[in-house]
Amino acid sequence: MRIRPQILYCSILLISLATGVASAQNAGASSGYPVAQGKLTEPEHRGKGLYRRYCVGCHGVRGDGNGENAPYLDPKPRDFTQATFKCRSTASGSLPLDSDLYATITRGIHASGMPSWNPLPSRDRSDLIAYIKTFSPRFHEEQPGPALPIPAEPPASAESTQRGAAVFQDMNCWSCHGKDGRGNGPSAHTLTDSRGYPITPYDLTTGSRFKCGESDRDLFRDLMTGLDGTPMPSFTDALKPDQLWDVVHYIRSLQTNHGQDGEAAMVGSKTETGK
Amino acid sequence: MSIVTNKLGALALLLGATLALVQPAQAIPAFARKYGLPCSACHEAWPKLNSFGQTFKDEGYQLNNDRDAPFYQNPAYWPVAMRITPHWHFEGNSRVASDVVPGDGTSGQQQSTINASGFDLPGIDILTGGTLAKNISFLLVPSIESDSGTISFESAWVRLDRLHGSPWLNFKFGKFELDLPISEKRIMTLSNNGGFYQLYHFLPPGDVTPTSMGDNQLGAELLGHSADDHTRYALSLLSSSDGELGLPGGRSYDGYFHLSQAFLLPHLGLQRVGAYGYVGLAPTFLLTSDGVPIPGSGRGNRSFYRAGAYASFYLGRFDFTGLVQRASDNVFLANATAANQTLPDGAQSPVWNTGTLEAHYTYSPQLVFIGRYELVRMTRQALATNPGDFANLDAFTLGYRYYPFMHSRAGLAWHQEVATVRSKLTSLNGQDQRSTSVFMGFDFAF
Ligand code: HEC
Ligand code: HEC
Repeated sequence: MRIRPQILYCSILLISLATGVASAQNAGASSGYPVAQGKLTEPEHRGKGLYRRYCVGCHGVRGDGNGENAPYLDPKPRDFTQATFKCRSTASGSLPLDSDLYATITRGIHASGMPSWNPLPSRDRSDLIAYIKTFSPRFHEEQPGPALPIPAEPPASAESTQRGAAVFQDMNCWSCHGKDGRGNGPSAHTLTDSRGYPITPYDLTTGSRFKCGESDRDLFRDLMTGLDGTPMPSFTDALKPDQLWDVVHYIRSLQTNHGQDGEAAMVGSKTETGK
Repeated sequence: MSIVTNKLGALALLLGATLALVQPAQAIPAFARKYGLPCSACHEAWPKLNSFGQTFKDEGYQLNNDRDAPFYQNPAYWPVAMRITPHWHFEGNSRVASDVVPGDGTSGQQQSTINASGFDLPGIDILTGGTLAKNISFLLVPSIESDSGTISFESAWVRLDRLHGSPWLNFKFGKFELDLPISEKRIMTLSNNGGFYQLYHFLPPGDVTPTSMGDNQLGAELLGHSADDHTRYALSLLSSSDGELGLPGGRSYDGYFHLSQAFLLPHLGLQRVGAYGYVGLAPTFLLTSDGVPIPGSGRGNRSFYRAGAYASFYLGRFDFTGLVQRASDNVFLANATAANQTLPDGAQSPVWNTGTLEAHYTYSPQLVFIGRYELVRMTRQALATNPGDFANLDAFTLGYRYYPFMHSRAGLAWHQEVATVRSKLTSLNGQDQRSTSVFMGFDFAF
């Protein structure tokens, strides 16, 4: 009997298609590594496979930030076992909301090696978050606090900027960020993060993107929540919302490039606003 | 100008000889080193890109995390990577025309089976690429041919990214791979019969149209994409020299466009559909001086086109791409006849359809299986006297790649593959010809 080659070829392809679909369903994984499920939930399990593919080289197999590339990166990749996150909508010391983590991995972290993972399907990003939360028991033991409300932004004005400059002076922002915001304050070179690595205060005059988003609301939130794990404190108790908006306007006045930067139109950055 | 004589065995030659030059290129550990990403971040399975890698490429080799500009790199960083594949291969060709008495061209011809096997090397690609400055990217790929040692430029281009701050506007200039529906430089199979796409290279026997869309072309390209990279377009204006330097033909140009749209199906992943078209002009003869062709003096331009549509689907770990294309060459090009000469009797412009089905099963980023079936069906022959199915072609390729480790400094794959191509009625005696490759080797890049 002679089988026509086309038929043979197509059946081989179809068989591999069938096995492909079947085992994809078994593993519930698309482009991640096939990993043992253990006690993981389905999203965590999928997330683990994806984490192995995308994140492990920096954040490490154990999520402790000691991936093979960690020695070459500054700032260091986050140690997820500590569950300390810079970009949150929640109060200082609180866990972040899932939506905070989602926004961060979508946007990437400016001025660091952490890329934007916006190209990954949204489900993959959610599953990754489910998995990185398994590295710390805190996510089982505690609930993240509520998102701190961000009041409507009053219009920017010369007066508001001036008041912001005064606050910058009074609150000693300059001791770290420098008189003109260039990140060269008197104590700048002594600062370390919570893992003991030297850290530089943000140069407020560069670009228009911050680690935790680019919009005025993002900036407001940074000042409100602080960046946990870094010397950058929360000012929510010390300053009233109006004062925080004044500081935001003052910081914008330092950014000579603000608004001209093509990157400001960047992909994921927009997702962060309004949280 | 008689460029190639119309010989029935030309197809076998075409497959055997020219395609040995087809060499996959893009897999660039220099990028992985620059950003500290493992191969698996950008490659579904090296060298095939995933959506993260495709976005990185579309952004002009930039992550847009503000570590893109070269001065963020340690000055010792040099954006260079190399790729080569030491391998063993078998090549079997049936019914190849050969002289009855070896060495005596007048002794008449017969059909012979030619089987060869042994250890071998392809050419080597030196891949340099990245950014010259924020939003100015480049790629330069000198490649050294394995047999002659000559150096050629596989790619050499500069790209201005995000003009007016928009991902929709990028401008590329130089020698580059077209934004093809399936990249041939990132093909997953490497053998003489499986290491290229029939869809880009097939020409009916005797056709001398100097084009293969799979080859890198010289020109300028306007390309862009939506912020999420789901909508992509490319428009290219090319010298009709098939990437050959020195303006061999004259002053004709080709045009190419490609438009595609991806959509996310819940639980299945990113699916993409697209359409493309290539229209070209090629000279059919050159002016001569004392009978010697004058380079660049091409005359009698005639046209050709390729147009196709495709869909790529992801189903869990399985993905497949189906592509159909229609192609036609002008009657003078197809019959190797100068436009100022008389055509042979029954000459007509050939038309053919190709179908390509490629499937991958990515068990893990370290193990991938590849299957491909391509067919070419002539719908009109270059000579009305040819049988209707003359030169129809079926090509089948199966293989797998295993990557023993996955990190951000280098890539290594163990590669095994079988590929076989049958072309209808093309032998000396008008019988079918088959060409088969078996390939295994180590594919590495660092
Ligand atoms: C190339 C290295 C690299 C890769 C790959 C990488 N990261 Fe990161 N990531 C970093 C660095 C560096 C930081 C710390 C940035 C900082 O502190 O400013 C970070 C920080 C983070 C944070 C902390 C955000 C916060 O608010 O503190 C999260 C969450 C995160 N990464 C998730 C991921 C996920 C998920 C992946 C894989 C999809 C991933 N990262 C892949 C380098 C990387
Ligand atoms: C004790 C030192 C210190 C003080 C005081 C301080 N900062 Fe910071 N600030 C830092 C450091 C360090 C960073 C960088 C954190 C990082 O890179 O993760 C930072 C980051 C920032 C950022 C960038 C946030 C982002 O998303 O990238 C802003 C804006 C900022 N500070 C504003 C202020 C303002 C306004 C004040 C005063 C009201 C202030 N800082 C007081 C140390 C300080």
